[in-house]
Amino acid sequence: MSELLLLLISTALVNNVVLIKFLGLCPVMGVSRNLESALGMGMATTFVLTLAAAASWMLEHWLLVPFGLEFLRILTFILVIASVVQFTEMFVRKTSPGLYQALGIYLPLITTNCAVLGVSLLNVQQAHGFFWSLAYAFGSAVGFTLVLMIFAGLRERIALSRVPAAFAGAPIAFVTISLLALAFMGFSGLNV
Amino acid sequence: MMAVLTLTLLGAALGLALGIAGRLLAVEADADVARLEALLPGTNCGQCGFPGCAGAAAAMAAGDAPPSCCPPGGKAVALALAEKLGVSLDLSSVLDEGPKLAVVAEDLCIGCCRCLKYCPTDAILGAPKQIHNVLKEACTGCAACVEHCPTEALIIQPMPVGWQHWVMPKPAAA
Amino acid sequence: MGLMEKIFTRSWGVHPRDYKRPAADAPVRVMPMPERLYLSLAQHLGAPARPAVLVGQKVKKGEKLADPQGPVSAAIHAPTSGVIAAIGEISAPHPSGLPVQAIILEADGRDEWSDALTTCDNPLGLDPDEIGRRVADAGVVGMGGATFPSALKLSSSRKAGVTTLVMNGGECEPYLSCDDRLMRDEAETIIDGIRLMLHATGAKDAIVGIEDNKPEAIAAMRKAAAAWGDVRVRPIPARYPMGSEKQLVQTLTGREIPAGALPAAVGVVVHNVGTARAVSEAVRLGRPLVSRLLTVNGGCVVAPGNVVAPVGALVEDVIAFAGGIEGSPARLVMGGPMMGVSLPHARTPVIKGTSGILALDAAQADDRREEACIRCASCARACPIQIMPLEIARHIRGNDLKGAVGLGLKDCIACGCCAYVCPAHIPLVQYFAHAKGTLAAEDRARQKAEATRKLAAARSERLAREAREKAEIAARRKAEREAAKAAAAAQSAGGMSA
Repeated sequence: MSELLLLLISTALVNNVVLIKFLGLCPVMGVSRNLESALGMGMATTFVLTLAAAASWMLEHWLLVPFGLEFLRILTFILVIASVVQFTEMFVRKTSPGLYQALGIYLPLITTNCAVLGVSLLNVQQAHGFFWSLAYAFGSAVGFTLVLMIFAGLRERIALSRVPAAFAGAPIAFVTISLLALAFMGFSGLNV
Repeated sequence: MMAVLTLTLLGAALGLALGIAGRLLAVEADADVARLEALLPGTNCGQCGFPGCAGAAAAMAAGDAPPSCCPPGGKAVALALAEKLGVSLDLSSVLDEGPKLAVVAEDLCIGCCRCLKYCPTDAILGAPKQIHNVLKEACTGCAACVEHCPTEALIIQPMPVGWQHWVMPKPAAA
Repeated sequence: MGLMEKIFTRSWGVHPRDYKRPAADAPVRVMPMPERLYLSLAQHLGAPARPAVLVGQKVKKGEKLADPQGPVSAAIHAPTSGVIAAIGEISAPHPSGLPVQAIILEADGRDEWSDALTTCDNPLGLDPDEIGRRVADAGVVGMGGATFPSALKLSSSRKAGVTTLVMNGGECEPYLSCDDRLMRDEAETIIDGIRLMLHATGAKDAIVGIEDNKPEAIAAMRKAAAAWGDVRVRPIPARYPMGSEKQLVQTLTGREIPAGALPAAVGVVVHNVGTARAVSEAVRLGRPLVSRLLTVNGGCVVAPGNVVAPVGALVEDVIAFAGGIEGSPARLVMGGPMMGVSLPHARTPVIKGTSGILALDAAQADDRREEACIRCASCARACPIQIMPLEIARHIRGNDLKGAVGLGLKDCIACGCCAYVCPAHIPLVQYFAHAKGTLAAEDRARQKAEATRKLAAARSERLAREAREKAEIAARRKAEREAAKAAAAAQSAGGMSA
């Protein structure tokens, strides 16, 4: 049990998928203008990440390994991820049209979110079991959501502040997120 | 051979699953359009370039028109539409002209009554051989009447601002 | 204030230097009638009045010139006898200086009262509704500056079952001393007006709150009120904005008015002491509100003091009567320096709510350049309604009005404490006024869109009905024609057979 907790902390904070591994930066820069859609994006990504990790584990262990098709890994994983994203899109559109509109183009772009593929591949590389894979993916997704929301909160405040003209817009966002990355480096001292 | 077969089967299975999901989670697109249309003035004045407000709503739902495409609606309608569409709106670039109003030039009006039937809000008051007048509370400044006046007596003007409706300017940034 | 209270009561407001004396101690001067009076039709809160006179008509002093229009409005009367010279536009006493409809009255110099005024010797024997009606007929509005029609406030408090009448003699704005002067000179009339208002509202008792920087007024009012058990005079600490409804009610009764609610929600109604005087005059003497006491003050006024001026006199005439201006005023203000309106020029008339005319010099106007906010939160400490002006202004500057409303923009009473204490001279009140104006404009646009939708629907319904009626008429004609044809055929057939 405590190992599971350590795994969650380790994936969410110490090895944060966005700020330490630098995966999935596109939605972090794109959907962080306000807190509400950041939360929505975080939830959607958490859903996709966890589901994709489960699907890719099954694919790996029940299809690719038995038939010796490991060289198809990336291809088949992307296929599965794309399907999960499509399903999520349909689901979100049906249940919450407002969130669907807010996420806009970034929802289908979860397909190409390298965090999703990256976590699935890391699961295989580190030879996690099924539940371990799920926990690893969920922890990473929580870390992703956390960073997205912190960053969105910061950007909401920056939007109201007087930013020197040369820094206005994307530059100040990059400065902010690099400071945030430095802050997250502090977690490496946790040594879990 | 095995690889091709696996990919084909996988693709087919996923495709089938998505197809079924798509059928189950189908969203009727008309609901979106109806919601947008309810926000538009409903005068069908045609200034947006679409066939009536329903056409504009459909174009906006499809993403072919910006939420600021309704000139008589002004800022308020554009903001409401942008919120419904979930897009951010750059107000500074689009609509800073303010509300407009049609005015009858009394020395030119011949009282022909032609404009009356084109006004989408029945804002023009007139009788044959009498100088017409525009009810400023009802006029949306949509300019549908202008082209039908044979003597060019209808002029679109900015709505005059009374002192009660005057808005204190925003302080200039230091 | 006890020690515990001192520790646990949040301090609010500011203590600006009041500049009230020597103007408050100078005897009242009565301004001679100017040649022309400019009576704005929008002197009160609500819909403008509708003119009831024609150009060229002769009127006597006190005759009604304009009728109230709609539920919230007030009548306007002639401040002197004379001839209606014109009904047209003048520059409104407003920062924009935009035009307002007005009746222009040419004085004939005789200043004759109308003979149609109904006096009353025993007004306390009148029905409360009758008092309200007479107050409405006299066009009395709140004299503190809000200019809400008083008759409406009387009748609505009666309906709401108000128990306490709070009289505002706070006059917390610096420079102004007209209420002070009125309480010193006409305490009897004011107390009489208060008792009439008690009768009209059905309230059990009245508390007159007077700031402790006006000892003479407190003494005079106490003396006048001594004969009546239901009117109490209570000194309150001098602090701005003590005269604000919510703060005054809380200080005097300990009851807090909820956000967005009226004082009636806690069984209280607030009137200004000047209004009480106007009510007494209206009910006892039948005299409408046609002139008022106002303070002329400021560093650029030669002889500051209180002046009785007719409603409709031009600001420049009032200042000239008070001795004129020396130097060049940095700002001309109608009302108090904190909440009054900055006038673009002096050719604009005095209205019923004008409590003062100030010509401030550069040091008093204090126009310094805005600097960056240092987040010291002085404004949040000074704010009497406990909102955070710095945060709200930040949202307004970033065009996030929704966020500003979420932080309590709508509760702002525009008292100006925040801007007064701001060490960076940020024009906070201007930000709030801008945001409130913009929100109101958006509201109006929404209402207009709603109305347009209704009009468009009504039109399409009309077109459909016309088409249907046309079709019905055509069908009937056709049926008639065919019936006639059939009848003719039958006849000819009958004729044939015969």
